[in-house]
Amino acid sequence: MSFRLLSPKVYQKIMKIVFWISGIITIMILLVIIGYILFKGFEVLSLEFIFSAPIDSGRAGGIFPMIISSLYVTLISGLVAAPLGVGAAVYLAEYSEDGWIVKLIRFGAETLASIPSIVFGLFGLSFFVIFLGLGWSVLSGGLVLALMALPTIFKVAEVSIDAVPESYREGSLALGATKWETVYRVVLPAATPGITTGVILGMARAISEAAAILFAVGAALTIPVSIFDPGRPLPLHLYILATEGISLEYAFGTAAVMVIIVLIITVVTNNMVDRYQKKLMGR
Amino acid sequence: MNRIEVENLNVHFDDAQILKDVNIKIPKNTVTSLIGPSGCGKSTFIRTINRMNDLISGFKKEGHIYLDGQEIYDPSVDVVELRKKVGMVFQKPNPFPKSVFDNVAYGLKVHGITDKNIVEERVRESLKSAALWEEVKEKLEKSALGLSGGQQQRLCIARTIAIEPEVILMDEPCSALDPISTTKIEDLIHKLKKEYTIVIVTHNMQQATRVSKFTSFFLHGEIVESARTERLFLEPKDKRTEDYITGRFG
Repeated sequence: MSFRLLSPKVYQKIMKIVFWISGIITIMILLVIIGYILFKGFEVLSLEFIFSAPIDSGRAGGIFPMIISSLYVTLISGLVAAPLGVGAAVYLAEYSEDGWIVKLIRFGAETLASIPSIVFGLFGLSFFVIFLGLGWSVLSGGLVLALMALPTIFKVAEVSIDAVPESYREGSLALGATKWETVYRVVLPAATPGITTGVILGMARAISEAAAILFAVGAALTIPVSIFDPGRPLPLHLYILATEGISLEYAFGTAAVMVIIVLIITVVTNNMVDRYQKKLMGR
Repeated sequence: MNRIEVENLNVHFDDAQILKDVNIKIPKNTVTSLIGPSGCGKSTFIRTINRMNDLISGFKKEGHIYLDGQEIYDPSVDVVELRKKVGMVFQKPNPFPKSVFDNVAYGLKVHGITDKNIVEERVRESLKSAALWEEVKEKLEKSALGLSGGQQQRLCIARTIAIEPEVILMDEPCSALDPISTTKIEDLIHKLKKEYTIVIVTHNMQQATRVSKFTSFFLHGEIVESARTERLFLEPKDKRTEDYITGRFG
């Protein structure tokens, strides 16, 4: 028998504790950050803060126009990136055969995902704002964010579509459905929970992005009415409040609102996805 | 009268030959069993009849398959129309993650039948024909994935007969089911043969004797022997058939 420093049982216990601690630390980091932001933010957080316009560049008043700007850019990014990303994923998962074009699309998506957001911002300025003449507007901002959300949506959608069992496709084709009918009526509904998660992940990234829209959306303190109006989404407002020394208090208030919005979106969609999945699975 | 006639069928996947000079005549409104050890080409063969192999890259075919005298690989043949006439039930029950009703209505919708009354009528009739109606009539709106394996397989049969095919191909339809569910499917096959031509792949020789009028024995991609079922099992003409059915290999 070989010499052991520790008995297997003790060793087992130690490892369990090590993993437990890793898990706890991860959760603690999250809780501490969210807790700290909410704690600091609660000093200024009120219904008035949420529903009124900023006064004196944001030293007082509220952030209603910023919330509207954020909704604008996030919705625009989702509306543009979701069909594009899901479309590319359907092409790759259902129609393409492994070849250079598939590799190129995958490589493209991965590269897109790894470009720093400030570079997206610069591109947004020169392409959307100046070249396409869209000016500083929530549309320009939303389009830049669409580029940023695209790789996430594409990747998650592709994985979800790939995970749909081959037997569903065979069953559909054997009933005389065409390829497109099979994709549209069987594969996509079955992949919907995963695709939705991907779209939400992509949009969550978009809603919390400041650098990418820095040069595209303007910095207006007014409520954007049309998509061609400039705006100031929450993360940008937060950035300006903090870096220009306007009000750290209000910066935390803005951060708290952002965190709450993202939490609500995540919880609500997770819930919806869960329910839909249960319905699909007959549980 | 023969519904399907296969002449000198050879199938390759890339360089591997899967089927060799297969010749078989499948008469109308009967059950024909295909038996043989795993990997002998039975499944490939029936998937050639509804052209499901077209989807697999490297598939090559020589020879002829006629359905009611029409060569099904003729360029003028629409695969969608062919698969409407030749339905298929798979080894593992594969209902769609949709409601029981929508599973059966699926083929109807795909083939352009949208009149609500007709769809409801056809769904009901198909579920009755598949001996499933009594068990699911209260839960038509529930997901089909909540049904038991045996119910799911009968649902797949209902889904297939809803579009009124002429031929039903069954690829080991009972291999994933318990004995009670198997009995139900076999009873169903007896009922369905009055209206449909059924080709069933099975590993279970008792099942072949119970359900089919004709049986073909496949080995290494060839049909060794085709005959009336009782003749094939009681007096096999070929030594290899005899070895297989007496359990000496496979």
